[in-house]
Amino acid sequence: MKVQSPLEVYNYLPGTNCKECGEETCMAFASKLIDRSKSLDLCKEILDDSYKEEYEKLKEMLSPEIKEIIIGIGDKAVHVGGEDVLYRHQLTFYNQPPFAYDVTDVMDEKEITERVNFVSNYKKFYVGSFLRLDMIAIRSVSDDPKKFAECVKKVKDLTELPLILMSFNPDVLEAGLEVVKDKRPLVYAANEDNWQKVAELIDKYKVPVVLFSPDLDKLASLAKTFVEMGMNELILDPGTYPSGKQLMSTFERFIKLRRSAIKDGNKDVAFPIIGIPAIASLVSKGKDELEQAISESILTILETIKYGDLLVFHNIAPYVILPAIHLRFNIYTDPRSPVRVEPGLFEMGTPDENSPLFLTTNFALTYFTVKSDLESNNINSYLLVVDSDGICVEASVAGGQLNPGKIKEAIEATKAKEKIKHNTLVLPGLAARLSGSTEDETGMKVLVGPTDSGRIAKWMEDHWQTKA
Amino acid sequence: MDKMTQLLKLLENTDTIELNEFRMDFEELELNIMPAIQQVVQTAQRQAQQAEIVREAILAEEFKPPIYNYPGEVAEVQLGAGTRKPVFLGGQKALYRFEEPQPNPPVVTFDVFDIPMPGLPRPIREHFEDVMEHPGDWAKKAVKDFGANMVTIHLIGTGPKVMDKTPQQAAAAIEEVLQAVDVPIVIGGSGNPEKDPEVLEKAAEVAEGERCLIASANKDMDWERIGNAAKKYGHNILSWTQLDMNNQRELNRKLLKVVEMPRDRIVMDPTTAALGYGLDYAYTNMERIRLAALGGDDELNFPMSSGTTNAWGAREAWMKESPMPEDSEWGTRDFRGPLWEIYTGLPLALAGVNLFMMMHPLSVRVLKETTQALLGMIEGEKVDISNWIKEV
Repeated sequence: MKVQSPLEVYNYLPGTNCKECGEETCMAFASKLIDRSKSLDLCKEILDDSYKEEYEKLKEMLSPEIKEIIIGIGDKAVHVGGEDVLYRHQLTFYNQPPFAYDVTDVMDEKEITERVNFVSNYKKFYVGSFLRLDMIAIRSVSDDPKKFAECVKKVKDLTELPLILMSFNPDVLEAGLEVVKDKRPLVYAANEDNWQKVAELIDKYKVPVVLFSPDLDKLASLAKTFVEMGMNELILDPGTYPSGKQLMSTFERFIKLRRSAIKDGNKDVAFPIIGIPAIASLVSKGKDELEQAISESILTILETIKYGDLLVFHNIAPYVILPAIHLRFNIYTDPRSPVRVEPGLFEMGTPDENSPLFLTTNFALTYFTVKSDLESNNINSYLLVVDSDGICVEASVAGGQLNPGKIKEAIEATKAKEKIKHNTLVLPGLAARLSGSTEDETGMKVLVGPTDSGRIAKWMEDHWQTKA
Repeated sequence: MDKMTQLLKLLENTDTIELNEFRMDFEELELNIMPAIQQVVQTAQRQAQQAEIVREAILAEEFKPPIYNYPGEVAEVQLGAGTRKPVFLGGQKALYRFEEPQPNPPVVTFDVFDIPMPGLPRPIREHFEDVMEHPGDWAKKAVKDFGANMVTIHLIGTGPKVMDKTPQQAAAAIEEVLQAVDVPIVIGGSGNPEKDPEVLEKAAEVAEGERCLIASANKDMDWERIGNAAKKYGHNILSWTQLDMNNQRELNRKLLKVVEMPRDRIVMDPTTAALGYGLDYAYTNMERIRLAALGGDDELNFPMSSGTTNAWGAREAWMKESPMPEDSEWGTRDFRGPLWEIYTGLPLALAGVNLFMMMHPLSVRVLKETTQALLGMIEGEKVDISNWIKEV
């Protein structure tokens, strides 16, 4: 986004403070527009024709540095790109790169069905919800338009996930597009040789397209050409190579493209980037299972962090997917707002009146870690989660979001005292300095637990068994 | 000629019309002929596009690589002296290799313990089972069989609640390791704030002149005593803080001002949280520290170290299967652990980490190879990807 100060935005807003957007003033709304927590269409007045000029101007001012492209339709549609910064602490990264998994038009029906169903149904619980996979990439290995169309049809009947149609042969692409033309698939790809013909298809079917060239001059020229032709839903593939110096250049091309677009304002390359970790199998195909997993994982790590906006995979082994979806989530978590859980009193295992009562904050990561530590060690207990505005123990003790008053309120609201007969509360080690004041405030005996919940089991041996 | 005819004439005779530059006063046109115009315009637009498609590609300006200058640079720290073969950390003057050649690729130090560590995850234990009774043998195996650049001897056994070994016993373990290998070593305590200063002081004394990395000075214990011992006996000091750039700056300042540690003898550990358990905080904290260093912040411009071994604390790395019945399969546990360590270490390498404390031989190999490849040190297998769609 080109603007930094809310004042620049405010100058184009109606300035009537009508509150319809949910903000008290137009100035407050302006700052929400800047940090992208609200969208311009919430301003009813500016949608009026009399503000047309201002609206257009604001739209332009507020559009992200990297074009945002939607692939697919309905609930499962994915947003690709739309990024504004090079480093996540400068604001946040916005759209998690969708993960696409491949099938080919030479796989048998059973394999296609298994792969597509696996990807469509995959889920992993993490900080309160499920991580999932997003797309299917259909590669034409046969180079036969008819075979490709049949494969696309099969996949279309199996899943609602958005699709990528992959071939460098325009006739094959067209056969696939005919089957899913109303599903807004992504076309992969136009290159130096086929771009005129692919452009005709893009013009005809009005779908987004990937431009492929590992030569950044040629890639930028392809993009400029497509934009001049009036097609601007573009994704760039600067080429993914699996090893050695080619891997180094791959990593650097991704960085150069994104830096050039965001920092140097190079509009020719201000488009999302697609990474193809699947290409790892060009070198790892014959190797053992773990080597294959590792070579695709290396590309996944590099391209998730710097700066892939859409990734295509070949390996669907669960242990390969598991770390990848966590890395993506971590890197795209908004660093401005801590992830939090509902405060309250939770039973870990099957506690009784002699079980310990632990306390932690409602910072999601802390909560789920403590919970996992208690459960995996079979420690039957109560866990009191205090509302610390989603801040971790150490920081919330320092910042005052966790204090004896809050602890007392939480104990009263949850009737925690009635669950136990020992009247003892275990504070996290990092909240040790609240122990005296918490005893005074709550009238409970306070014990100080370990600084890491991973050591609760050991702590129990030393401090609890003797008591119970 | 009226304007309608002009328009039609124009559209008929040209194949490169740019409609966004087209100017026409529509006010004088009758409303009822607008749809007709629209249709003509749309057709013309389609024709114009198609006409353009067959022409040559439009050349963009030559792609200018975005290369920047940085006012600051990361201090270069030498690990190992005396009977050790030295290893160097840091010295970076730019963020990326394409901006400025990067000195000193990342280094891995293998974790070795002064006790057999029954709690280590099986995929690690199976590589070291035969040497765990003797830290010297353990260190030797890490260097000889697994190509360790360095080893870390963790004096876990000195913990009052572990085996409560004396500083003298700890010193014996260190001497054993020093004699077994000639790589630089990191000396770590048990984490007990009362005992570590005494243990690390003694350790520094017996390793005098070997330029070890003493791990660590942190704000929860007597950092001054530990820092002074490192300084007195010719070692480097690890400045450890918890995921807070400002605390890191403050502790570094104390080591510089109070202990008067030379600038080329400080390494920072800004804390590593595992993938899925705060890696985002660790990553961003380190990335910001490195950007600050290159930006000229002379209280943060030291090499960084990562306790990548923390990855093994993630349940996804060690649990047999998911405790959540709704989860899809997690897959082979023996593969998850090393991958989790790679997924924790490699992102932090991209954030600027120079020294990795690691445990699994495979993760160590992958981290070293990948970071060296990114610096252009490995030729690698060349492939042609122009037809990858069919060949993968």
